[in-house]
Amino acid sequence: MLAYWKTNQRRLAPWVFLAPGMFMFAVYVIIPIFQSMWISFYDWDGLGEAVWIGTENYVELADDDAFYTSLYNNVIWLAMYLLAVPAGLLIAIFLNQTVWGIRVYKSLFFFPFVISQVVVGLMFAWFYAPNFGLFYKLTEIVFGTGTAVLADERFVTYGIIVAGLWPQIAYVMILYLTGLNNVAPDQVEAARLDGAKGWRMLWYVILPQLRPATFIAVVVTVIGALRSFDLVSIMTGGGPYGTSRVLSYYMYEQALSEYGYRMGYGAAIAVVLFGIMMIFISGFIWKMWRDETER
Amino acid sequence: MVHSKTGALAAVAVLLLSGSAFAQTRTLTYNADYDPIPLAAMEALIADFEAANPDIDVVLNNFDHEGYKTAIRNFLTTDAPDLANWYAGNRMAPFVNAGQFIDVSDVWEANGLGDALGSAKASMTIDGKQWGVPYTYYQWGIYYNRDVYKQVGVEVPTTWDGFIENCAKFKEAGIDCLTTGTSALWPGAGIFDYINMRTNGYEFHMELTAGKVAWTDDRVKATFAQWAKLAEPGYITANHAAIDWQDAAALLVQGKAANYVMGNFAVGVFKEGGMTNDTLGFMVFPEITPGIPRAEEAPTDTIHIPAGAKNVDDAKKFLAFVASADAQTKWNTAVGQLPTNKNSTVPADDPFLVAGFETLSTAYALAQFFDRDAPAEMAKAGMEGFQEFMVKPERLPEILDRLEKVRGQVYK
Repeated sequence: MLAYWKTNQRRLAPWVFLAPGMFMFAVYVIIPIFQSMWISFYDWDGLGEAVWIGTENYVELADDDAFYTSLYNNVIWLAMYLLAVPAGLLIAIFLNQTVWGIRVYKSLFFFPFVISQVVVGLMFAWFYAPNFGLFYKLTEIVFGTGTAVLADERFVTYGIIVAGLWPQIAYVMILYLTGLNNVAPDQVEAARLDGAKGWRMLWYVILPQLRPATFIAVVVTVIGALRSFDLVSIMTGGGPYGTSRVLSYYMYEQALSEYGYRMGYGAAIAVVLFGIMMIFISGFIWKMWRDETER
Repeated sequence: MVHSKTGALAAVAVLLLSGSAFAQTRTLTYNADYDPIPLAAMEALIADFEAANPDIDVVLNNFDHEGYKTAIRNFLTTDAPDLANWYAGNRMAPFVNAGQFIDVSDVWEANGLGDALGSAKASMTIDGKQWGVPYTYYQWGIYYNRDVYKQVGVEVPTTWDGFIENCAKFKEAGIDCLTTGTSALWPGAGIFDYINMRTNGYEFHMELTAGKVAWTDDRVKATFAQWAKLAEPGYITANHAAIDWQDAAALLVQGKAANYVMGNFAVGVFKEGGMTNDTLGFMVFPEITPGIPRAEEAPTDTIHIPAGAKNVDDAKKFLAFVASADAQTKWNTAVGQLPTNKNSTVPADDPFLVAGFETLSTAYALAQFFDRDAPAEMAKAGMEGFQEFMVKPERLPEILDRLEKVRGQVYK
């Protein structure tokens, strides 16, 4: 035994170190994924007998308007949320200068990311609130009649996304700021000697060097958009009449909320959401794998 | 002694403590979801119970009201207390059907509760057995701002047509005739329940919530036609979908709205906002179809014994105590709600309680509230439909088709 360890120590040691993490990952991530898939084939209220109904939950899902509303909103979230990447880059470049007190400005810009999403949601809910909200008053002055963003099915999802973008832009900004620290000064110098400036400098010299930061920014933003839940829950609860639901919130509603007793149906939604996320995650993993092996 | 702690850890600590300090006493754990005033009232009640039964120590674990609704599903299956708060009607059906609550018909039998709690008996009964004990309910109706009525110069209506006519005048004066705040959905259901019960009667309302009638039925459409008289001309507060019921209460207090279909628990909020018995009025929802017996909403709060209870004997003793006329008088007087025991009394100096007691005791029948009478999924879909209808009355056909589809899935 000891001899075996001695001879294979180098091969085994990594696994020993990985074991606790892998164990946790298996128990809290991998196994629950398969459990969710398993539950999605049952009709179960979480208390009583679970009844095997095969793919019935998925059949119902395919004919569920609320599901398509959620899916559509998720697409809007994904598209709009990606605005955080260019916006974050813009602010990062703007803040990447040496002025007296720049650290204070940077931390002020980073501030929204530090406060809890729940607080962000509440603040924006008050901002939009009919009768007394700042935004409502503003629209009242400009258009004559106030617009209650969170009561209007046309604007509600966008209203929530704007609230989500605020901290997300700050997050992306920080990623780019650290990236900008690593931009090679000699290359910038060389480009400058060659007469590059402005957009050309940004596009051909700075941005290529920021590729790792861009990659991470896109990954966290895409995943952040798909798992958006807390803001929807705090600001509207999916309303008005379910028009601001997203998949993760719909899953929660069906399986775990006050009016939801359908574990199987909730699990089916979760599986679909997982499938959508897997498309992106596999893309990211594939890219990382490629980068690693090319090196 | 009474222990009131939030959180399971605290409860465990208290349990251990009381276990060693009172080796002779039996512990009765009670999970509840009281707000501060009801909590104080229940603690006083528990103190009385313990004084009468010195060998029982009641440990009250109080939860946050909203969090409790999720927590109960966990603790019933994992670490069941001896007593748990819940609601009557269809709301308790999932737990009863899953065998999570025990049958307490014997408590009803032994204490003559079938008579004393007669008005609430039907809503506590599933399969001919009683599954818990009600300790309070409250009336719903229309609360109105008397000053606004005076300002516009209209009389308090006695008929539905009169109510609608008033609305036109309120609208002219820039006042919302009927306010509500549906961001949490349920306040809208109160309006539906009343219009439906007044248009089609209690039996039809119960058949509808029990899934026996189609949502596309002409009688349902008749209900919505009455509702449209409020929704289409814009007599209901705009943007109600984005405001809480408390925000809508503020509109009534500020004189920006005239009427509010609400439960009696809102009186506290109105009064905090500065209204008094002179400016706040209460009226029974007016008759729509003449001759239909008057049914009312009276959501009932209840206490149950979970199947996993360890101390069932003492739990039953406690249920009998809570059901008694004296205990209910004491608790409900402190909280400002109505006792379910008909031998209890209500304080004569609270006009809203007196009116409520009068309203409910003369009612033909009592409904629990849409989200307690209908199963959870139907309730959710229904309340969303009501909210959408009030915003976009022209979408009624689509809304009813959708509700009918949900009905097909929920009641199998």
